[in-house]
Amino acid sequence: MNKKRMWSAALLLLLVLSTVLAACGGNGSSGSTKDTLVFGRGGDSTSLDPSRVTEGETFKVTVNLYETLLNFGEQDTTIQPGLAKEWNTDDGLTYTFKLQEGVKFHDGTDFNSEAVVKNFERWANGDADKFPYYKSMFGGFKDDEEHVIESVTADGDHTVIIKLKRPQAPFLKNIAMSMFAIASPTAFEKGDDQFERNPVGTGPFKFVEWKANDSITIEKFDEYWQKGLPKLDKVIFRSYPDNSARLNALIAGEIDLADGINPADGEKIEGNADLQLIERPSMNVGYLGLTVTRPPFDKKEVRQAMNYAIDKKTIIESFFEGRANSAKNPMPPSISGYNDDIEEYEYNPEKAKELLAKAGYPDGFEMELWAMPVPRPYMPDGAKVAEVIQSNLAEIGVKAKIVSFEWPTYLDKASKGEADAFMLGWTGDNGDADNFLYVLLDEDNIGSNNYTYFKNDEMHNLFIDAQTEVDEDKRIELYKKAQEIIHEEAPWVPLAHSTPLLAATKDLTGFVPHPTGSDLLSNVEFK
Amino acid sequence: MLSYVGRRLLQLIPVLLGMVFIVFMMVRAIPGNPAQVILGQQASPEAIAAMNARLGLDQPWFIQFFKYLGGILQGDLGESMRTRLPVAEEIWPHLAATMELAFFAMIIAIIVGVNAGIVSAWFQNSWFDYIAMILALVGVSMPIFWLGLLGQWAFAIEFSWLPTAGREQVRDPVHAITHLYIIDTIIQGRFDQLFQVLRHLILPGIALATIPMAIIARMTRSSMLEVMRSDYIRTARAKGQKMFWVVYKHAFKNAVIPVLTVIGLQMGMLLGGAILTETIFAWPGIGRYIYDAINFRDYPVIQSAILIVAFIFVMINLIVDLLYSLIDSRIKYD
Repeated sequence: MNKKRMWSAALLLLLVLSTVLAACGGNGSSGSTKDTLVFGRGGDSTSLDPSRVTEGETFKVTVNLYETLLNFGEQDTTIQPGLAKEWNTDDGLTYTFKLQEGVKFHDGTDFNSEAVVKNFERWANGDADKFPYYKSMFGGFKDDEEHVIESVTADGDHTVIIKLKRPQAPFLKNIAMSMFAIASPTAFEKGDDQFERNPVGTGPFKFVEWKANDSITIEKFDEYWQKGLPKLDKVIFRSYPDNSARLNALIAGEIDLADGINPADGEKIEGNADLQLIERPSMNVGYLGLTVTRPPFDKKEVRQAMNYAIDKKTIIESFFEGRANSAKNPMPPSISGYNDDIEEYEYNPEKAKELLAKAGYPDGFEMELWAMPVPRPYMPDGAKVAEVIQSNLAEIGVKAKIVSFEWPTYLDKASKGEADAFMLGWTGDNGDADNFLYVLLDEDNIGSNNYTYFKNDEMHNLFIDAQTEVDEDKRIELYKKAQEIIHEEAPWVPLAHSTPLLAATKDLTGFVPHPTGSDLLSNVEFK
Repeated sequence: MLSYVGRRLLQLIPVLLGMVFIVFMMVRAIPGNPAQVILGQQASPEAIAAMNARLGLDQPWFIQFFKYLGGILQGDLGESMRTRLPVAEEIWPHLAATMELAFFAMIIAIIVGVNAGIVSAWFQNSWFDYIAMILALVGVSMPIFWLGLLGQWAFAIEFSWLPTAGREQVRDPVHAITHLYIIDTIIQGRFDQLFQVLRHLILPGIALATIPMAIIARMTRSSMLEVMRSDYIRTARAKGQKMFWVVYKHAFKNAVIPVLTVIGLQMGMLLGGAILTETIFAWPGIGRYIYDAINFRDYPVIQSAILIVAFIFVMINLIVDLLYSLIDSRIKYD
């Protein structure tokens, strides 16, 4: 008996001891000086050379290390001065950029017109493997017929002239994209692979350290040309792959700012006196694509019936927690060219049934409904949204079987046109209508981003004309017309434009989330 | 002994070759094109074609296989398609992170598991035995996901005793030399950081230890029960030896072999990385590294990382086999 008691006592002691040991650690975040921002996010960057990737987690960091010739507006995609303080063009073919003076790269190299020319030469001399985005935005590389840029030349130290082979409407917006940031020629001439891990730009912060899958640290660049900026001394980007764990880290005070907040956690954050909820302006669309090559979706009436059958309001209230707007066009209203005159398909099962009957399916049909397997801001919970859609379709007699694949498989199979109806979405890169409508619905992009295989000659011509139309009003008209066609032909059921959520500690100020998802942190500070 | 080790190492060659081949074929059997996934939805078909050509993915599979095999034989594990870094260089920090966590978790699992098992067997059918075995059953069936988030909520948020996640205090990062942070902080004499690193190990360590702990406890108990019934134990007790020594010295020594086998297997598994624990606790370990590689269809990384993990697994089991002969002199390998 005695021994038993001894053992119990020993175990109890062990428990108490471990508790005390843990307790004497105290709170990890107390006593930290508030000139360091810890930004918790979902994933790590793949490279710190923005021109070599297409992935958002990289741009989140590089937008603070580098600058572009032109900037987007604080919370929109209007064109603002950047490393170029002025620019002009008479004919849409020759652009003259006047550069900021007295700007230095982090390695001491002078920023001047020669540096800009070298950056453009570097991209143009590359290939699609090396600079995947350059080809998408400027048509090709040096010797390609499709390459839009004729020449980039220096005129003195602080003037750059870019000549185009033909007008390109979104040219200035393309120049403002994070991937076309101007890097130090001294740094990239040492070798591209070396440069990816040792980025050198002119931005408010310079690179310090990268721990793979863990954290990236950047610190204040003392000789930054905009006096008084940045306000922080250091920023640490830290990866927390799990959304709930990231929020836990924020509540515990280990991080100051977290992105990828679940809509369901929004209320909890608003109710926490130490935290603030931040909404990122929406520049995305979540949709249900209907593969038009697969019967019965080859019939326009069936596709329209799907649009009438789905109750978007319930979906948005239940799974976006109301933090989204119902979508009627393939692009969000903030994009120039949005057609607000389009009349949204209302939720009307009766009308849907009529259309099905008209198309020859009075008793409905069976189909596969592909549910997105990963959460994205434009689709926080694919599986549950699919269930709502399934029950909506059951009301009109359509039996939908929900299927899902692991993400790369899902995209691969969908791009081959193997899905009847699939959920997907898109976040804009440069805020241009072309980047939504042409990329997602034109015949040129079948097999890549046009997963529905939708094809329409009239619409295609509108897109091609719009790409070279420099008169903004005429261009808007072209896109409005295209949206009418899309609405009528209904290759999609547009679902929602969501508002991605972030959360921060209460004392954080000056953080302005950008719709592209790349946030400049130079004005951020703690009260 | 040496010739036994030599034989075992030779046997490794066909095993690993088979592994390389199976993994190579498996990663290609799953649908999804690496270039498409790595470049993302935004990529143009030309960019994808160019990447396929650079990666040699446009060649027949057997040419790809022999190129890869040739590389491995020369000690080249290939290059990540996504980050363009050599796998050999990229893998170490992840492996080190996992090793540190796995050893820590294993120490917890062994100390608690073995003792719980011994005491349960010693006082068979007592309240301690019942509670310990119920806890062990709960332990093996515990969803790590839930346990991890609950631990974060309780110990990091409610009580603020421990950090929620990560390997180090974010605002005071460890300067990595070996990437084993316990060693790095000691080398640099940063005992304040060492303390923080140990605190960061506690929650993920316990979460990761739960399952092995439970398995070890049950295995120890059943093995001990068998031994405790033997004649020599009765003799030892009859001699009037203290029960504590009878149990811990005489009985445990003979009961330890199957426990050691289980520990070896569990250790091998822990070193393969634990995706759930690593995800919840933002631990930059090998499990997440491989998981990410699978998601991006990063063939060289998947192949080489699995090869390394398999190699470690086999080596640990070899070490366990050798330990048998140290513990039990009746076991000889020649």
